[in-house]
Amino acid sequence: MSAAPKRIAILGAASAIAVAAARLWAVQGARFALVGRNGDRLQAVAADLRARGAASAEPVVADCASADAVATLASIADSLGGLDIVLLVYGALGEQSELERDPKAASDLLQTNFVSAAGWCLAAANRFERQRSGALIVIGSVAGDRGRQSNYVYGASKAGLGVLVQGLAHRLSRSGARAVLIKPGFVNTPMTAHIARKGLLWAQPAAIGQAILRAAVKGGPVAYAPFYWRGIMTIVRWVPASFFHKTKL
Amino acid sequence: MTETLSLARCRAAELPDAGCAPRTRFIRRDDIVSWGRVDRRPQLWARPAFRDELDALVADPVSREKLGVGLRRSYGDSCLNFGGALIDATGLDRLIAFDPETGRLRAEAGASISEALQVIVPRGWFLPTTPGTRFVTLGGAVANDVHGKNHHRAGSFGSSVAALGLLSSGGRRLMLTQETEPDLFRATIGGLGLTGFIEWVEFRLAPIPSAVLDVETAPFESLEEFWALAAESVDSHEHTVAWIDCTTNQGRGAFTRANWAAVGELAPHKDRSSRVVPFDFPGFVLNRLSVGAFNEFYYRLQKMKGTRQRQSYEAYFYPLDSVRSWNRLYGARGMRQYQCVIPWGEERVALPALLGEIARAGEASFLAVLKTFGDKPSPGLLSFPRPGTTLALDFPNRGEATLALMSRLDAIVREAKGALYPAKDGRMPAEMFQLSFPQWETVARLKDPAMNSDFWRRVSR
Repeated sequence: MSAAPKRIAILGAASAIAVAAARLWAVQGARFALVGRNGDRLQAVAADLRARGAASAEPVVADCASADAVATLASIADSLGGLDIVLLVYGALGEQSELERDPKAASDLLQTNFVSAAGWCLAAANRFERQRSGALIVIGSVAGDRGRQSNYVYGASKAGLGVLVQGLAHRLSRSGARAVLIKPGFVNTPMTAHIARKGLLWAQPAAIGQAILRAAVKGGPVAYAPFYWRGIMTIVRWVPASFFHKTKL
Repeated sequence: MTETLSLARCRAAELPDAGCAPRTRFIRRDDIVSWGRVDRRPQLWARPAFRDELDALVADPVSREKLGVGLRRSYGDSCLNFGGALIDATGLDRLIAFDPETGRLRAEAGASISEALQVIVPRGWFLPTTPGTRFVTLGGAVANDVHGKNHHRAGSFGSSVAALGLLSSGGRRLMLTQETEPDLFRATIGGLGLTGFIEWVEFRLAPIPSAVLDVETAPFESLEEFWALAAESVDSHEHTVAWIDCTTNQGRGAFTRANWAAVGELAPHKDRSSRVVPFDFPGFVLNRLSVGAFNEFYYRLQKMKGTRQRQSYEAYFYPLDSVRSWNRLYGARGMRQYQCVIPWGEERVALPALLGEIARAGEASFLAVLKTFGDKPSPGLLSFPRPGTTLALDFPNRGEATLALMSRLDAIVREAKGALYPAKDGRMPAEMFQLSFPQWETVARLKDPAMNSDFWRRVSR
């Protein structure tokens, strides 16, 4: 346990996965800048984190998909007196059939999940490389491991983000800073609330939160959460197309 | 309510899955059950993540009647709403304010006791009273006005509630206190979620010197011995409870009493439990012989245990929580609970009669719990605890035979002017409820027309 409280910026701070990780950091007395669109929701999250032990938690109302990443991170670092962790959680799942009907909607989803996220990642990496410390943690998805008919637009956005973070991890490896891509499997969150039957593979956000905290201090550039998804996705990637194309996955 | 009508509604609720524009935010689920797992009918269900979603959910056209629910540890139908739709509060689990100086906690209604303990125990606070499981939401603790082993000191949970946030249909948000809205405040405590959606709860915590308890166990051979032990412990011990062997009608059992240890660590519980009952046990596993053998074993174990030991709060208050979904031990048909309270003056007739009836029926109760309630009144109009002796029993669901036994127990409880606990009930006759909760009509008057439960439809007829 380190002495100085961690200074953490969370992008998409009202999401269930973000809250799960933030609660674990709050117990350690961390200081938070919570970035998101809905000020009332961010206030509710901030109060919760303070009650759990956070030294401070302040909302930063901004649309991550269009905000100026460099300027926003700079002002957050100013108000927190530095920055140790940037956690990028925001993203849209989209409705695949609608994205196929309306390619403009697909472009918008890629803009949000990949283009804007890449801007935040580069801004955070530049800062961390300069200060020779810090952890950039980005939520990807197992959907980025192989294109599937049911969610390939979302999958492509997360795959692109994955390669970007992989490259940043390589670049930062000699600096003392780190970049990690977290790939959650099925997680029981509001994003997936419409799916009624949840089987054995579904994880709670708290489990992903623990994986995020671990990834902030150790491990490789890609962390599956829970860990067994690494094995599952290895198999999914290796299934020959001649067989894969017969499935409806 | 006809079956066909409900099913038609359920199909409508499935539309979002089919990729159409969502007309409702509720989905149909067939895996939503109460803790007793007897009623398996599908439920319309939605789980908001933020309070700002509640207005739309309460007004959602999927059904006129909603019910806010938590972790569904109620055993019967008080947390089910086949005739309407459920709003699952467990996503609304944020703390709103905690003052470690004064021990006041305000939190959203879906926050669990387990989560609250993680935050308050290290700062030297505990719940004013706690039920036998920590997987209960604060909203559920209020709606059922739960009680614990320290009832003779602290009263029920409602006694420590300072304020409640209530959302009623029509979008009205009220802050309820004893002073500002006394009628609705009292109707909401123990009010089974019927007066509106409980959004948040503010209550007074109890200071603790350590997170461990000094526990004494004393075997007893008869009900008379139990009452003597209970009476002598009221002033000396904050927590008392007894386990009683219902497979014989002698009234033997083990009495435990405990106080917080004066010194010790303030360590919160480990929130992990690796022990899970992963599937339904076959129905024959819990039978007269196995339950008899378990009770014999448990009795000897209690006798063997030293009379004094030090236990963590989770070991003392929440022994069953260490095995997740222990209710599946009762098999696919589920189980029923029977918890009654017998007022003072009637106990020496009624309790031997209850134990005799149970032993005669051979419907062995796995774990039966006996406790005396104190006389601290609760503000709640539908509160269950009242001065006297409470007996809690669980029975594997064997259909008509189980129901018939419970009807015979009802007769004894009614004769003694006792009452049954709504949180445990899935079958009491309307007449019995109305007799033993004389204020029910006041609650019926203050009930939100947009809230209802299967329990209430059954007992308010």
